[in-house]
Amino acid sequence: MTRPKPTDYYARDRRWHPPAYAPDYKTSVSRSPRLPLLSLENTASEITGPTFGQNDIAVGDNDLLSNFARPGENPIGERILLHGRVLDENARPVPNTLVEIWQANASGRYRHKKDGYIGALDPNFGGCGRTLTDDQGAYAFRTIKPGAYPWRNGLNDWRPAHIHVSVFGHAFAQRLITQLYFEGDPLIARCPIVNTIPDPAAVQQLIARLDINETLPLDMIAYRFDIVLRGRRSTLFENRMEGN
Amino acid sequence: MTLPYRPHFLQQSLTPLKETPSQTAGPYVHIGLAPGDAGFQIYDTELGQDIAGPNAAGDRIRVEGRVFDGTGAPVRDVLIEVWQANAAGLYPHPETPGTGDGGPESTENGFRGWGRVISNFESGSWSFDTIKPGGVAGRNGRSMAPHINLWIVARGINVGLNTRLYFADEPDANASDPVLNLIEQTDRRATLLAQPVSGTGSAQNPRVYQFDIHLQGPGETVFFDI
Repeated sequence: MTRPKPTDYYARDRRWHPPAYAPDYKTSVSRSPRLPLLSLENTASEITGPTFGQNDIAVGDNDLLSNFARPGENPIGERILLHGRVLDENARPVPNTLVEIWQANASGRYRHKKDGYIGALDPNFGGCGRTLTDDQGAYAFRTIKPGAYPWRNGLNDWRPAHIHVSVFGHAFAQRLITQLYFEGDPLIARCPIVNTIPDPAAVQQLIARLDINETLPLDMIAYRFDIVLRGRRSTLFENRMEGN
Repeated sequence: MTLPYRPHFLQQSLTPLKETPSQTAGPYVHIGLAPGDAGFQIYDTELGQDIAGPNAAGDRIRVEGRVFDGTGAPVRDVLIEVWQANAAGLYPHPETPGTGDGGPESTENGFRGWGRVISNFESGSWSFDTIKPGGVAGRNGRSMAPHINLWIVARGINVGLNTRLYFADEPDANASDPVLNLIEQTDRRATLLAQPVSGTGSAQNPRVYQFDIHLQGPGETVFFDI
């Protein structure tokens, strides 16, 4: 296997991401740096990152319908196939990278000791899954569609149905956590966390689309969610990283 | 002879995809990334529990700290990811020399260089055990002082925050570190220095460093746009 050329990653477009300080999302007010981020040219510390293999996960970790359920039972809720690809900004697939998800159950309740919402826990639903992308960057999970739930921000704020997604890529500079939403949900436009993102086109990138062709008839609805990580330069010029 | 102006022919398209925008990890990040700490067992192995492994050379260390918000209160739902080189200054990654191209393995068997740390839900304290990394080759032939890369996510943090932990007991290496020297306000460089408090560095008696992170306000930690 030849070693990829160690080149810089494209600068992150900070106008596409939410700002640290987004006062309508109240918790961000005291948790946002006030001083500017210091821009750093990539070094070995940023263009490398942890690697994962099949030994790190188990078969079935990506099946939230069964990975916590009692034998022969199923979680309550709308069964969905969540699938997509992990690409970089150059539209190249990102293979063999770890994708982890977590979510509330169908009643909007998280299996977490700090969640006291009245929505019922589902004894057959844990709410987390993980998988590695294949050599084409593709991933898939089986799960249930999470429920919306209220949260303490404004007096009457509700989170749209969403699934949290964590992706590594191949460099620490590509590390990303985000949330996916579901096409057609009227709560998306009202959500203060969604609305931390300034550009409506960027919000569209977080909405999983109903994928009728991948639906399993008489079994489960499919949603497609592609994930784009930072891309990198293709050419190496003289201002190169030594030691590589 | 001049060419006719035909922008639809001559202007090439440069339309890369846009990076997926970030959203906060939220208060229940543990369910996905550390379910045992959320209160249930689901995976055979949780990832990121052992950074250095048993075979890594170098001094054994423990880093302890807390993350504080702008009011001075500890952040009790934070998750930190750690990424570091081994004692020889090499990362376990295909782009590190000697790795994955038929050359000798460049890092010790079992050395992941990566870990996950969560704060105590009541006190906000966290700690992780690892080995002290070596200096790492930087850009343009300059060496970087030993450091650990940190990525911080929590409720209220919209895009994960990148910073570096350097070691206060490496004054010479720190003084010539190209990244620390980028920090214009020299007093702020100290926000990236972990202070040794005890221990020798042996497996039985790891050297303990204290490293607090201030998201905002007096002593605000230097965060990087990497």
